[in-house]
Amino acid sequence: MRFNFESDTPIYMQVAEQIEDAVLSGAFGEETQIPSTTEISVTYKINPATVLKGMALLAEAEILYKKRGVGMFVSKGAAGTILKQRKEAFYKGYIVRLLEEAQKLHISQQEIVKMIEEGKADA
Amino acid sequence: MHNSIEAKGLTVQFGTVTALDQVDISFGENRIYGLLGRNGAGKSTLLNVMGNRLYPTQGSVSIDGEPGAENDKAQGKIYYMGEKNVCPDGTTVRQLFRWSRDFYPAFDMEYANQLAAQFGLNTKKKLKGLSTGYLTIAKLIAALASNASYVFFDEPVLGLDANHREMFYRELIHRYSERPSTIIISTHLIEEIADIVEQVVIIKEGKILLDRPAEEVKRMGYMVSGKASEVDAFCAGKQILGEDQLGGLKSVCLLGEPENVPATLEIAALDLQKLFVQLTNA
Repeated sequence: MRFNFESDTPIYMQVAEQIEDAVLSGAFGEETQIPSTTEISVTYKINPATVLKGMALLAEAEILYKKRGVGMFVSKGAAGTILKQRKEAFYKGYIVRLLEEAQKLHISQQEIVKMIEEGKADA
Repeated sequence: MHNSIEAKGLTVQFGTVTALDQVDISFGENRIYGLLGRNGAGKSTLLNVMGNRLYPTQGSVSIDGEPGAENDKAQGKIYYMGEKNVCPDGTTVRQLFRWSRDFYPAFDMEYANQLAAQFGLNTKKKLKGLSTGYLTIAKLIAALASNASYVFFDEPVLGLDANHREMFYRELIHRYSERPSTIIISTHLIEEIADIVEQVVIIKEGKILLDRPAEEVKRMGYMVSGKASEVDAFCAGKQILGEDQLGGLKSVCLLGEPENVPATLEIAALDLQKLFVQLTNA
């Protein structure tokens, strides 16, 4: 996990994002237990209430679930749920903005497609 | 209110100097506070009054609803780790721990010894013979192991190297997670505690300037930079905290949240330390 303490994104949301990333990469597998609030707080020197808030966000989205007296677990199908949400966010955050900027710069759709293909070759 | 320290109308006068000026503040149960202020702002004075080491000229302190001054039962709930040494000359680390246990019955000797080993602190040594860093460590350990309901850390990392500071912050969070207590940290190393504290209290010239949740404080202001003329136009009518100019480039710190920012200007977050500097300058 990596936290950008200078970012505009509140730390509790970064906590949620980082856990999601770990689920997506498979580091936190479905139906397995994730590190405790204390472990995350201690490791990254973040107030436990902040970490708890981030976890609550994921529990609400049913990405995590609580096993009483044991801890937090990754829900079945969590990776799929995250992927779907991220794709929606990708569309709003990148595609819509890309098209807006392209319009400002008078870049045509064909040119964009060409640029994407060139970009793919470079990547 | 119970389970909190409440200060009402605290004024402390040292001759002609007003160290605290009509301060009203409360510290609630099981939260971590960052008490920030420039040198001489009144941080230690406030902690000293709440810890019954100093009489206020005016006002009062209550601890869990009881008067705090000259009240052993109430004061037994507070552990004050401060700059001043309250132990007599020749006291060893081990004696400091025992002395702490005599005053704080919940003191965890096993934990204290475990921490001493972890930090490489020789408990047979006299406090006087310790380096600044290790003297701080000895005091930190006694505070962490005190199990008091309220623990005040006044400059907790004085003289500590980066590794020991890191160890302390981690241990603090670990202990707090397992045995919650109200913690007040007064420090100049703001960045290091920015994400550990839940509530930020800033004191300036003896008055409380700010008392808000840390998450809110981070959104209180922002910095805008770009071409001086454009920056000036954008800042017109806004609350300016401070500004820097470098040739034709200008950056200005503003209060509030950024809205309708022209694409040619750049916006950056104002972290706790930057905000603190801006709020307490001059």
